[in-house]
Amino acid sequence: MTVNRTGQEKRAPRGVARSFLQRFAAAPHVVWSVLFIIVPLLFVVYYSFTDREFAFTLDNIKGVFTARYMTILLRSLKLALIATVVCLLVGYPAAYFISRLSPRRQKMLIMLIMLPMWMNFLIRTYAWMVLLQDEGIINGVLEQFGIGKLRMMYTEGAVVLGMVYDYLPYMILPIYSVMTKLDIRLVEAASDLGCNSFGVFRKVIVPQSMPGVVSGLMMVFVPSVSTFYISQKLGGGKFYLIGDAIETQFNANNLHMAASLSLILMILLLVGMFVMNRFSADDAGGGLIP
Amino acid sequence: MNNGADKIIRLEKIVKSFDGEQVLKSIDLEIGDREFVTLLGPSGCGKTTTLRIIGGFESPDSGNVYFGGKLVNHVPPYKRPVNTVFQKYALFPHLNVFENIAFGPRLRKVSGPGLTAKVQEMLELVNLRGFEKRSISTLSGGQQQRVAIARALINEPRVLLLDEPLGALDLKLRKDMQVELKNIQQRMGITFVYVTHDQEEALSMSDIVVVMDNGQIQQIGTPQDIYNEPKNAFVADFIGESNIVDGAMIDDYFVAFSGKRFRCLDSGFAKNEPVDVVVRPEDVDVVSPERGMLTGVVTGVTFKGVHFEIIVDIGGFKWMIQTTDYVENGATIGLYIEPDAIHVMKKSEFSGMFGDYSSFSDELEHLSDVEEPEEG
Repeated sequence: MTVNRTGQEKRAPRGVARSFLQRFAAAPHVVWSVLFIIVPLLFVVYYSFTDREFAFTLDNIKGVFTARYMTILLRSLKLALIATVVCLLVGYPAAYFISRLSPRRQKMLIMLIMLPMWMNFLIRTYAWMVLLQDEGIINGVLEQFGIGKLRMMYTEGAVVLGMVYDYLPYMILPIYSVMTKLDIRLVEAASDLGCNSFGVFRKVIVPQSMPGVVSGLMMVFVPSVSTFYISQKLGGGKFYLIGDAIETQFNANNLHMAASLSLILMILLLVGMFVMNRFSADDAGGGLIP
Repeated sequence: MNNGADKIIRLEKIVKSFDGEQVLKSIDLEIGDREFVTLLGPSGCGKTTTLRIIGGFESPDSGNVYFGGKLVNHVPPYKRPVNTVFQKYALFPHLNVFENIAFGPRLRKVSGPGLTAKVQEMLELVNLRGFEKRSISTLSGGQQQRVAIARALINEPRVLLLDEPLGALDLKLRKDMQVELKNIQQRMGITFVYVTHDQEEALSMSDIVVVMDNGQIQQIGTPQDIYNEPKNAFVADFIGESNIVDGAMIDDYFVAFSGKRFRCLDSGFAKNEPVDVVVRPEDVDVVSPERGMLTGVVTGVTFKGVHFEIIVDIGGFKWMIQTTDYVENGATIGLYIEPDAIHVMKKSEFSGMFGDYSSFSDELEHLSDVEEPEEG
């Protein structure tokens, strides 16, 4: 029997030398990480602090902290934040609902949620354009009911919608995963101590699912804040986001400015993640970073 | 058992199946106010399911549950005057010790100094003073157990349900907690319904033991009754060690087994009725072969500290005998059995299944002791 007396999972004893096989198994990942993550990151930092002649300069970094880019950055943060909150409001109840179903139905619904993710991301965005256009399907239906045409394309709402649609699965899946692992005895214990079903939800299920919520928030917020394609297609370029700015600089062959923007965005996200983790670790007894 | 108003819980013809398998086959049980009642049986006997039906976590397929004479079949757990100490505690990991214990009172809108005082009182009751701020994950198994007990008792339930609460603790701690639980039960003056597969635990703590197997109650009685007067071979074997041999009741107070006649204290059987005869290993005296009522050859000797456990072959049937005198493996010895050491039982579905030590080994006994604690 592998369950020990205190009911805790057994851990490998500390200080045991890793076997050759373990080192060997880690090797491809290490090589990959160094080549394609660490080295490019160093390049980003290097480009950020150099000019076209590769001489040291702070001009690029200073350039980021100008009114123009600050406006864009704030707009990106605002839209990403709205999209993340909408994803949470839609995704949390969905995840809870799915986790209560029979295993067979759970599988089916999770499949349905993941299905759009297997379709190309460009096609998904184009599909929304078809739906939202002035002469699009939704307006066609609305006209049938005597409701006039609505302006939906090229609005902030359309951009947020695109973000929500694309990233909602990243909110649902981690929350769902935490909820299916929720210890049913905690639910029973709360019920035993006097909680009705709403009390159980508020006092046990919500706090217990916090780690899933935190990873969901990050997994939606991070790609939302740095997207450029959604804002171009559904926003018609009217809502220029930080991702668009980076792309523009890149296309203009100004790699140094693009690198600076990327670096600042990355630092902002890292700080945000760190704060979130601290918050969730204090509150829910476990975040992503141990 | 009388049907007076002092019965706090009554189960009537409870039947329950899971996935087409009947785990409870018509359970009838009455539990008296302020009693310490233990449901005892091996894994899968239905004891936990019975407890969960009392707690309201399962509802019976048929049959009725009464609390103080009122039908509660459809009353949800949070409206029943019971609290539960769960297997492996089920403490809330996102709350500290204080908040875990305060969980029930807070739901009833108790707060402030009144709540603090009450939690303090409970912490003292379970010997955890000063642990208020500790997080659950820093506590040992024994400490978590105490928090679970305090969390349940602070609600002043009429009945406390305990589902194998000591199952995850080591032996020494288990013994201490047994004494403590019994003390708490007496001090609080409430009913405990306790589920365990550990017969020693059941005997040492309970007022009433309910022995279960196969979804049925095999015997209800005081620990002494259960030990001294087991109703059938299952109970005799499950509670303590037993030699169970085939016999025949020659007449009132006379029984024949192993080819000999013995005086006994049992009566009321038909003449020559086949019976199961129980002799406890500690009730047999080892004497010289000439003085023995039975003689046999020693085939195994194990030193147990207080006594030796020897296996004796008597006409092909292996007996276990506990003796403080050393006997040598292979020796021929005599056995002397007093009339009050013999207990005669009617034949049952369990006859012939238990009570022979021919396949006995310490190793096997040890393995069966660490069984998984109970079905879901």
